[in-house]
Amino acid sequence: MHIEVRNLNKHFGDFHAVKDVSFEIEKGHLIGLLGPSGGGKTSILRMLAGLEGLDSGEIRFHGKLVNALPPQERGIGFVFQNYALFKHMTVFDNIAFGLKVKKIPHAKVKSRVMELVELTGLKGFEKRYPHQLSGGQRQRVAFARALAPEPQLLLLDEPFAAIDAKIRQELRTWLRDLIERVGITSIFVTHDQDEAIEVADEIMIINQGRVEQKGTPWDIYKEPKTPFVATFIGESTLIDHISELKGFEEVKNDSGTRALIRPEYIEVGHEHEFILASATEAGIIRHLHFRGSEWLVEVEVAGHKLITYRSLEKETLSIGQEVRVLVHRAYLFNEERSWIMENRLKDVPIPIMI
Amino acid sequence: MKKYWITLTYIVFIVLIIIPLLKIGSGAFSEGFSGWKDALIRPEAIHALMVTGLVVVVVTCINTLFGVMMAIYLVRSHWLSNKIKGFLNSIVDLPYAVSPVIGGLMIVLLLGPESIMGGFFENIGFRVVYAFPGMVIATLFVTFPLMVREVMPVLQEIGAQQEEAASTLGAYGWTTFWKVTWPSIQWAVLYGVVLTVARSLGEFGAVLVVSGNIMNKTQTATTLVYQDVENFNVIAANSVALVLAAISIGLLLMMEWTKRRKGVS
Repeated sequence: MHIEVRNLNKHFGDFHAVKDVSFEIEKGHLIGLLGPSGGGKTSILRMLAGLEGLDSGEIRFHGKLVNALPPQERGIGFVFQNYALFKHMTVFDNIAFGLKVKKIPHAKVKSRVMELVELTGLKGFEKRYPHQLSGGQRQRVAFARALAPEPQLLLLDEPFAAIDAKIRQELRTWLRDLIERVGITSIFVTHDQDEAIEVADEIMIINQGRVEQKGTPWDIYKEPKTPFVATFIGESTLIDHISELKGFEEVKNDSGTRALIRPEYIEVGHEHEFILASATEAGIIRHLHFRGSEWLVEVEVAGHKLITYRSLEKETLSIGQEVRVLVHRAYLFNEERSWIMENRLKDVPIPIMI
Repeated sequence: MKKYWITLTYIVFIVLIIIPLLKIGSGAFSEGFSGWKDALIRPEAIHALMVTGLVVVVVTCINTLFGVMMAIYLVRSHWLSNKIKGFLNSIVDLPYAVSPVIGGLMIVLLLGPESIMGGFFENIGFRVVYAFPGMVIATLFVTFPLMVREVMPVLQEIGAQQEEAASTLGAYGWTTFWKVTWPSIQWAVLYGVVLTVARSLGEFGAVLVVSGNIMNKTQTATTLVYQDVENFNVIAANSVALVLAAISIGLLLMMEWTKRRKGVS
């Protein structure tokens, strides 16, 4: 289902929860609404479902205005954070609910439920009650129930929040595959960036009721459009006076420009490890943390503490050691705009080197 | 010290509950089984018990319907502002605080033959006060909080999500209520019904004021007991009281049973 949202607004009392939100979603895409808690993600999802009224704006499914349609007629499936399974019904009856309501013949209901039970790997659990299932199984039942009436749009509110970290990983992949197989347009809400990056085709970053940026995970990571997105996605260190770092001297301090530097923008090591040694500057290792698959290095450069990673394959550094540091690029922003700046020395070939 | 407290507690319990109950029993049968039977088959006794029965049935039906609806609106409605909800919520408890006699008096003042509204109903040939409708209203006033207070916490606890899930699956209000909400609240409703029956069965003050206690017309079982005592007809008073007590004990057992079920589901 093609979805179009225009200038959506929602107030809860004095609180402006959703501010002028507009976006479009193409058929068959899996979209992640990502942002901090209380940012308005769930409100947007509930308005799409028709569970929450909207103050102003338009929601169109397939070009048709659905503002006034109740949830029953929107052709959507909704998976709630705590699953909201009907606790007095068996797994079979839960999944069959949406079909029975539509007065579908009994034999057809049965075959469709069995098909979904098969698809979600719940075979043998049809006669169980929700309280007899594990968190992951309940989650699967909730999916199956939402998918049973063949909705055109699947909405998921924090689908993995209530599940153990270990099973969560497994369920993510499972959900991705399932949605791909069914080919249904889906939107899910999450506050976990790893989850959004891993599962979604496209991410919408929502903060304080606004869409900060919409794009593929890679685009958002590579080119954050706002400082909020830059800090929210990935890790970063905030630097007030970037001009003190080598290669960024041109940046004027007076305009209030600040910089974000991601760990992967920084290289740290012995002088002989760099090809462009002239672009590097001296730093001192302050801390080393073993992160299982790599070292997290805290290095001090010109009074700034920078964070980066170092491969285990390379020579191990030690605390207090003097090293060379190369900052490849920085994400700069001030009140008016934000932009990405490459290290000047890295790109310009310097005659002395030749 | 602790031993004496335990003994004292038992003594209070026995004096307050067991002895009166035994006294009613012995009083009812002081002239044997036939004395008890004769007291009960008096036309005014049969009539009073029937009036009580009718009041109980009508009040329980109305109170169940509107109590459940009130609970749903107080918990679920989005169209009521929180202030109004809070106000209504405290109004529901009013009958707990107001003495039933005062409640009855309010009804007489509002709907009695001398009042504007009462006069209007009188003119169209519908008597409210000193008649059956007034007694139903008085008993409703007294029992109204019982159902609301039983159902509300359960609705709050189960939350709106199951109902919302049902609506996204295509179910409208009525289906959602019977298939999703009702199974969760049924035991609370039954408990409320039992409480309502017990309370309306034993209601005395409000009904006495509103009914006028007219024999063979508006006299209920409790007001008959009162009149029998006034007339020093102790055996008759005990006999009717015993019937009421027996029903109450039956209800009490049922209450225990529903309470357990309520906890289970």
